[in-house]
Amino acid sequence: MSGKYFAGVDVGSTQTKAIIVDERGAIVGRALADMETSMKTIAQDAFRAALDNAGIAEGDVEYVVGTGYGRYNVQFGREQVTEISCHARGAVTLFPGTRTVIDIGGQDTKAIRIGPEGNVLNFTMNDKCAAGTGRFLGAASFALEMSLGALGPLALTSQNPVRITTTCTVFAESEIISHLAKGILPEDVLMGVHQAITSRCVSLARRVGIESEVTFTGGVSRNVAMVRLLSDELGLPVNVSEDAHFCGALGAALVAHDRAHAAVAA
Amino acid sequence: MTTTVTDRPTTSAADGFDPRIEGQRLFRDWYAELEQANERNQPVANVFVMGNAVEILRAFDFKLVFPEINSLQTGVRKASEEYIRLSEDYGMSPDVCSYVKADVGLILKENKHPAGRIPKASLAIASNMCGTFIKWAEIWERWLKTPTFVLDLPGQRSAGFHVRPGDAQHAADSRWVEAQFTELIERCEKITGKKLDLDKLAEIEDRANRMVIHWNNVMRLNRVCPAPYNAMLDGLTFIGIMNVYRGAEEGVEFMRRLDEHLQAKVARGEGRVADERFRLLFSGTPCYVSMRRLVELFETWGGVFAYSDYLTFAAGGMDASEILYDTSRPLESLAEVTALAAQRGLSNQFFAHERLEQQIHDYGTDGVVFHGIKSCRFVSSGMADTREYLSRRLDVPTLYIESDLIDPRYWSDAQIKNRVDAFFEALHQRGGGPVTRKASEPERTQA
Repeated sequence: MSGKYFAGVDVGSTQTKAIIVDERGAIVGRALADMETSMKTIAQDAFRAALDNAGIAEGDVEYVVGTGYGRYNVQFGREQVTEISCHARGAVTLFPGTRTVIDIGGQDTKAIRIGPEGNVLNFTMNDKCAAGTGRFLGAASFALEMSLGALGPLALTSQNPVRITTTCTVFAESEIISHLAKGILPEDVLMGVHQAITSRCVSLARRVGIESEVTFTGGVSRNVAMVRLLSDELGLPVNVSEDAHFCGALGAALVAHDRAHAAVAA
Repeated sequence: MTTTVTDRPTTSAADGFDPRIEGQRLFRDWYAELEQANERNQPVANVFVMGNAVEILRAFDFKLVFPEINSLQTGVRKASEEYIRLSEDYGMSPDVCSYVKADVGLILKENKHPAGRIPKASLAIASNMCGTFIKWAEIWERWLKTPTFVLDLPGQRSAGFHVRPGDAQHAADSRWVEAQFTELIERCEKITGKKLDLDKLAEIEDRANRMVIHWNNVMRLNRVCPAPYNAMLDGLTFIGIMNVYRGAEEGVEFMRRLDEHLQAKVARGEGRVADERFRLLFSGTPCYVSMRRLVELFETWGGVFAYSDYLTFAAGGMDASEILYDTSRPLESLAEVTALAAQRGLSNQFFAHERLEQQIHDYGTDGVVFHGIKSCRFVSSGMADTREYLSRRLDVPTLYIESDLIDPRYWSDAQIKNRVDAFFEALHQRGGGPVTRKASEPERTQA
């Protein structure tokens, strides 16, 4: 092998994440790029930023795997693998006891059942609708004119959460505005939004069967209210890593690591 | 990891028979006949593919219009959205069956179909094989003044309920159906001015019998590995011919040649995909507007649909070799077979797990793909339970995808490709593929 490093690039609907791991599979570089830049170049931008973060050159990377909906934009990658396989791989690496992965991203929510050997046994995803995904929080953020990062902490201060009845992300925005117009406190509206998302994604997870340990991945795992509500609803502790947001990219980098070594062995 | 797909011709040098080309020719001929039916003053009947008594109608020389096939053909020809939108502009909800909406669009376009003009029907046969059939026929009755005859066919009463040929329940069900056929015959005699010719009915049934025997052979041939055809692409042409030409000499000839053609493919060890790695079962109804694309998504991974319960359901339960007419008692036998086939066709959907378990075994499949239909809760609502049964009780890998029969607005390519790719990645993780087992020679029946 010419290089000593392996990369995973996860091109999602709202952000692109890149991770670089070394021979031992340890993370040595990471980068996050918002979708505000060009769709064509974002994968390359994130990859280069991760190289800078690791302090290595492109030639040091042996194998790159692309994942996420935009995985075919990772044209410099050697292979494309779905984010289902990559999140599973990343979650099991971060928490080896993982048997269920709940991944909430910008427009997708996934529940993945993992076997004892870390293999994907079953998965399910939201279909044709962004209810129960990060977009729901995006709608709340827009309506309340607050940053995404501020939503969770404020929601946790709620005393009387409202019930958000719509399942449509677009209509949710009007419902939020309507509650605010009635004088309901923003934290109570926000808690209702978080509860609605939790309810949707726990229902999704029950379809594949929830088994402990549960690991929460994806961008929404950074939201403290979501972590607490998921844990309460499941009646189980929920693993969350500081790298949970990068879990898909990490899984892709580890797949790249495996592929490069398999090629050498062959 | 992946193999190359394939829209390869299925013609072999040996027989010069390409089922797809021949099927297309037969469909063109059928639509051409329909175009002239009203001008020639021929009686025309609207029928559904399940529980339709076409043998009786053929005996009276009715030209047969299959509105479901008209609708799916708008999908195949990438014209369905225009028809569906017309019906929605008229006021139909997006949740209504897209077959119905395409047909309403057809009425609004004064019967102008991409395959030709559809004639006005002098009779419509509906049945309880699908709840929508009855409401659909009401539209024809009220808008077009088409006389309607609704068959009440005994279906599955409860889980574990079995009707066996010749048992007391079957005899009672058959009498119930025969009484309705007698009434239908009187109606046909009034419309056509002819008496039912029982010898002619027996000849039609004899041809249907020969088609069914070949059909059963064709189904069994796909138990072989590699599978000689894809049940959800090639198989859709086969079932189309079985429905449209049931009891006709052209249908017998097509099925005979198809049977021979596939036998030869099996003898040569020639599969539908060059490198068959996974054998799959498709449960549910097709997405006609994107079926070729869906099959392509699976075949790039070396996955072939060896069987589909649709081929039983949409053929009115016609997958058991015991369902053959006794042509010495044509009317009684027609009632007996219809009663059995209706029960099997319905149980195939509503108590699917038992039958799927058997089919997984028979066709040596590595997994089951469920296709939910956005505009048809009738066939999609039980899929979650069946999927859970197969996954948890039998440890059979399953995949659930959702789109629609013919509404292209429900096809989301990126989402579906993502699920299909993840399904195969999981199959590989389980150690599946490449397929190494050898299938046994399937049992055959002579027509």
